[in-house]
Amino acid sequence: MTAAALAPTPTAAPAPVAPSAAQVQTGERAAIDASASGPVLFFFGNAILWLLLATVLGLITSIQLHSPTFLAGWPITTYGRLVPAYHNALGYGWATLAGMGVAIWLLARLCRVQIKLPGVLITGAIFWQVGLTVGIVQILGGKSTGVEGLEIPGSAAVLMLFGYLLVGLWGALLFGYRRETPAYISVWYLVAALFWFPWTFGLAHLAVALPVQGVVQSMIAAWATQNFLHVFITAIGLATAYYLIPKVIDRPIHSYHLASTGFWAFILFSGLTGAVRLSGGPLPAWLITLSIAATILLLVQLATVSTNLLLTMRGQYHMVYHSPTVRFTVFGVISFTIASVIGLLSSLRSVDRLLHFTFFQSAQTHLLLYAFFSMVMFGAIYYILPRLVGCEWLSSSLISWHFLASAYGVGVLVGGLAIGGLASGAALANPESIFSQVIEDTSRYYVASTLAWVMIGVGHVIFAFHFLLMLFRIGQPGGEPTLFAPIGEEKH
Amino acid sequence: MNRSLNLFAGIIGSFALSCYALVLLPQQQLGGLQPQTVEDEGKITEIYPINNVAVEKGRAVYASEGCFYCHTQQVRDAQNGTDLERGWGVRRTVARDYIFEKTLFLGSNRVGPDLANVGSAKWRNEPVDENPKYKPAKRDAAWQLLHLYAPRTVIKSSNMPPYRYLFEKKKISGQRSADALALTGADAPEPGYEVVPKPAAKALVAYLLSLDKSHPLKEVKGSAPEVAAK
Repeated sequence: MTAAALAPTPTAAPAPVAPSAAQVQTGERAAIDASASGPVLFFFGNAILWLLLATVLGLITSIQLHSPTFLAGWPITTYGRLVPAYHNALGYGWATLAGMGVAIWLLARLCRVQIKLPGVLITGAIFWQVGLTVGIVQILGGKSTGVEGLEIPGSAAVLMLFGYLLVGLWGALLFGYRRETPAYISVWYLVAALFWFPWTFGLAHLAVALPVQGVVQSMIAAWATQNFLHVFITAIGLATAYYLIPKVIDRPIHSYHLASTGFWAFILFSGLTGAVRLSGGPLPAWLITLSIAATILLLVQLATVSTNLLLTMRGQYHMVYHSPTVRFTVFGVISFTIASVIGLLSSLRSVDRLLHFTFFQSAQTHLLLYAFFSMVMFGAIYYILPRLVGCEWLSSSLISWHFLASAYGVGVLVGGLAIGGLASGAALANPESIFSQVIEDTSRYYVASTLAWVMIGVGHVIFAFHFLLMLFRIGQPGGEPTLFAPIGEEKH
Repeated sequence: MNRSLNLFAGIIGSFALSCYALVLLPQQQLGGLQPQTVEDEGKITEIYPINNVAVEKGRAVYASEGCFYCHTQQVRDAQNGTDLERGWGVRRTVARDYIFEKTLFLGSNRVGPDLANVGSAKWRNEPVDENPKYKPAKRDAAWQLLHLYAPRTVIKSSNMPPYRYLFEKKKISGQRSADALALTGADAPEPGYEVVPKPAAKALVAYLLSLDKSHPLKEVKGSAPEVAAK
């Protein structure tokens, strides 16, 4: 990688006899960015390829919801095989790779450590993706394990786990060799994410392989899915938001005390919420009650994290108008808040019994994984990439189009799934309603989801194209970030 | 250093708690469940139906085609939904119902009806919606095969994709095959041809017809008055 040579060189001017502290800091940052650029670009580039694949799969499965005969003629494009392929491509392809890329860069920056032997990280990402590719090909070929959330067969999962461990170990080493103490709140979240994921993933696949008897299997699958979404993915998303918002608006986090309280509430309660996925099912009542209680207690986290991040923004909301990073990240934080409130309300038994087996669940997953996490990741990539390639994004219009497509797209997608879910749940509560007619009637809402996927797809193509330009160093000269509008110039 | 020790302890401890509460405790409580037995005049009888080995192939088809993304196999009690009123079962399902299932398909979404008892004679699903021409007294193998091949022929508003790749069109040589589908209208093949199920379709239907959890269990109130009375 020649990123070091191309990185912005703030020391280009002849240095005075003794460099100032600020100059040392910028020099150190440039060195860290140079050491991270190879693997982080590799993670981002591959993540975006998975995102494009997931977009295609998401679009096809959405069409099949309202037009069931669409591509139904071939085994590999049947709905029941494309759905797990879509979930795995989105979760383990896009979200995990983008999240790990951001996590590695954040850890290097926040711990002030250069990345040694970046080849290990790239090797890890390759193993992860070979495993994931084999797994998805097996799912499409009809070799799924049949366990929802853990569809990838054991042999492919072992490859993924091995790849993950290489990356996770390197992340842990960055923390171990840190030169910045005490650790910033983002680092707490990242260390938690790095630790929780391999244990959950490994134990859950082991349990399926053994296999454990009966409903315990479903319980473990629910636990693994919940931990992936609500601990691993959420932790990386929050860590990133905690970094980006104060950084771009150049102001410390509103309250460190709130941040700390929020973290401990998060780590203690999130991992206990898994059984809500099986609410009403053939499991002991105490288990479901425990998870509902944990979901309610997460209100502590919601209150502290959301108020803290939004209070940090106080008086600086005009930055949403200027900065792409802030616009994406604030959208993500607001989505996180909405997702948490809806998650709490829908976990209550009286609500859950209406919505449990409907697409409302899918709406919640997309709210968390896309409207929160993916939007924060986009914000992070818009922030990080110029520091790795040495030039700024070419066009603020392209970024603006990407934002509009993704924001409106996910809004319509989640809205369509949620309204469809509410409508079918409410109709099915009446025992006189005819099941197949209710499903047929409510499937029209998913036409909106299909349109949403088209919008989201347009956004992703723009984003991928812009990313590609950056890889070829086609952009604005380095130094000043690409803004939607210069700061100080308000639109009224 | 003290702070990072706290951090590590918190992260490891919280994971251990999550794993203990949601994995180890359920395993301890439910992992060793045995079939229910009934003592009848000194003779002990297992009243749990043992899974047929022949349906295991069909279970694999159910898994590979991902049927469980649209069909659940769990019946909730009357407080938690209209499952019982819809005729998807005579009682709620409990953990003991699944102890012999190597892979179980509780499912998380209902784009189609629940199938926990679809093999039971008592199972029904909104009969008014069925095409009366094809409505048999019981949903037997012929009905299930036809439904897999052309869902809307038998359930007019069905949202299930047709699984035509589980069938093949054959030229009729001499006698019509016994398992050829009784197709009419647009679904029917050209004269001289017939549509027959591939082995995967037959196995899948055998599996579906094996699904029946309507036997009484002690832990489910109302399902077994004679047992509960003891």
